[in-house]
Amino acid sequence: MFEIDAKGVYYRELNEDIRAAIEAGEKDIVLKNINGQYYIGTGITKKINITIEGVPGNDLAAFMDGPTINVMDNAQDNISNTMNSGKIIIHGHAGDVLGYGMRGGTMHILKGVGYRVGIHMKAHKKQIPTIISGGTAGNFFGEYMAGGTLILLGLDSKEGEELAGDYLGTGMHGGVIYIRGEVDKDKCGKEVGVMDTDEDDMKLIKEKLDDYCADFDLDCNEIMKRPFKKLIPVSARPYGNLYAY
Amino acid sequence: MFKSLALPEYLATIDKEKCIRCKRCIQNCGWSVYSWGGDRVQIDTQKCVKCLRCYHYCPEEAIDILNNETRYKDNANWGFSHIRNIKRQAETGGMPLTGMGSDLPYTILFDHLLLDACQVTNPSIDPLREPMELRTYLGKKPAKIAIERDKNEKPSLKTKLGPQIKLDVPFIFSPMSFGSISLNAQKVLAYAAKENGIVMNTGEGGLHEDLFPYTDNIIVQVASGRFGVNPQYLNAGVAVEIKIGQGAKPGIGGHLPGEKIPLQVAKTRMIPVGSDALSPAPQHDIYSIEDLRQLIYALKEATGYKPISVKIATVHNVAAIVSGIVRAGADIVYLDGFRGGTGAAPNVIRDHMGIPIEYAVAAVDDRLRQEGIRNEASIIAAGGIRSCADAAKAIALGADAVGLGTTALITMGCTTCGKCYTGNCSWGITSQRPELTARLDPEVFGERLSNLIKAWSHELQEILGALGVNSVESLRGSRERLRGIGLDEQTLDILGVKPVGR
Repeated sequence: MFEIDAKGVYYRELNEDIRAAIEAGEKDIVLKNINGQYYIGTGITKKINITIEGVPGNDLAAFMDGPTINVMDNAQDNISNTMNSGKIIIHGHAGDVLGYGMRGGTMHILKGVGYRVGIHMKAHKKQIPTIISGGTAGNFFGEYMAGGTLILLGLDSKEGEELAGDYLGTGMHGGVIYIRGEVDKDKCGKEVGVMDTDEDDMKLIKEKLDDYCADFDLDCNEIMKRPFKKLIPVSARPYGNLYAY
Repeated sequence: MFKSLALPEYLATIDKEKCIRCKRCIQNCGWSVYSWGGDRVQIDTQKCVKCLRCYHYCPEEAIDILNNETRYKDNANWGFSHIRNIKRQAETGGMPLTGMGSDLPYTILFDHLLLDACQVTNPSIDPLREPMELRTYLGKKPAKIAIERDKNEKPSLKTKLGPQIKLDVPFIFSPMSFGSISLNAQKVLAYAAKENGIVMNTGEGGLHEDLFPYTDNIIVQVASGRFGVNPQYLNAGVAVEIKIGQGAKPGIGGHLPGEKIPLQVAKTRMIPVGSDALSPAPQHDIYSIEDLRQLIYALKEATGYKPISVKIATVHNVAAIVSGIVRAGADIVYLDGFRGGTGAAPNVIRDHMGIPIEYAVAAVDDRLRQEGIRNEASIIAAGGIRSCADAAKAIALGADAVGLGTTALITMGCTTCGKCYTGNCSWGITSQRPELTARLDPEVFGERLSNLIKAWSHELQEILGALGVNSVESLRGSRERLRGIGLDEQTLDILGVKPVGR
């Protein structure tokens, strides 16, 4: 285990130190006293572990391909921007625009998330990204979604409460969203179909939640007791009739 | 199905006497205008776009493509395209799409600017016999430089320069993605870029593995759809470009329909075959200059601080916007003017939004100079550069280099028919149909594009020689060497040039 004290260290210097440690062969890096430094884990392509103590700044894990990052606190905006593979575990809340264009890997967030989460998430061959939030989400959850899986649990919400904001899945043309609670169709984008889950869905959710619950030491069976709604695009070509040729 | 009431634009005709029934026209037409009728070639002229592929490949010169002389009643207000578009819209309920840059007769300021030349009192230079420097470096330049000397008094540069892209000549190829154009068309660009020491740009379509040998001459692009973007891609080229906008369609996104996404395009974009590739209109992580700065520096962090370019469409407030982009940390700002090309854009957007590149370059150069930050970023002028004269004038107005898109496509056979969005390009440029794209030999047309760049380079050297300067650097932003002809006072003021005769 390799420790870096980030107290008062500017992000550029910090990230250089992290890259140097990875270059030197460190596999387990602990960042102490993190306080809003940008771009941690950005562009890193090695399968290493980074533990962050404190709140990391924006663009955590942007373009990342491989590492596992454990954030022991809340996190901010733009996490996993265009991430290709790896895992992010956030033991708190996270901000806006999470997983923009994310093509692979996993993001587990214990609490709620902000606006535009999972925007334009994709899938490519065996790469199917997953974001799971234990809380609620702001507007535009899953906007332009083109692939992957978004799961919203609302662990602290009462049964029947709505978990996501307006414009849910607006522009969605791929992937799937599971919400543990009710979904108001009027709040969804017109490109989205809302339905009940079937056996295959529940199997997939169980598989994903087993992993999630292991990260946060939660009881998966208890969470699975409440029903989920499934949101999928009604068309892979939502804008096919828009033009005159 | 009803017969469309939109008049055909062109009449494809075959001289029956000359026609030898070889059927070559049927094979060559990507739009299925021709079909075999048992004993003769049948013509469905409604489909004809006047790309002239059949004309060039008819061995007997039997084909002629005429403009349709049947017109709607003459009307100075209701033009042919107004009426035709209304009929098309009434029949489909859709937005008429178009390709290429706007073809409407807006004033082209390049045609109202004249360059100076030397006579008697200052000598011109003969570029055939004297050195004439066209080399251009794109990237941040220091506001001042410091020199240090070793113990033998040998000077060296003390100032640390930022990363630069070296161009042997001040031309680059505009971003055009694999998807919007064929892989062979991209290979033509890559070949000519390498041959001439300049760069091409992937556009937002990923980097196909066939282009890996050319990565020293490639800028990779990141746009709102993030297609094909991973760390390997970001680090592959000499720079990364963030695409905010495109001159032909400022403020709107891209949309490559699912049926134009065969396996190779899907693989390169890293998306499933047949799913729509939507590039949202805004980048949803950029709502401010501060957000742009965040993405610029995320890309710098991810690439070990390669130069970052930001491409925008030139719109009304372009000067202030570029000031923000430069302050956000961009090394290069790519200005795509109103007349810039596109693979697909709604007519209504292409023909009515944005401002021409000439005004934009002048306004941006002025603003950055006033703010003392012109050295902080290089400026690329694109969107309507049709000749070396346009390029020289754009450079004199303040650009560091110019971007060539349509110009490059014309060397591949393009006749600016403007139907790129159909995917039927008979020249194999803007199609993904294998039988069409196979027509475009990357080396043959790579040579032709290379020839064009060489020809323009010679022309630029001649222009510089006539101006009495021996480097393109001396022309850059040198508006004193331009005069406006037939322009009003306010336009001259915006361009910062005097009228002819002054």
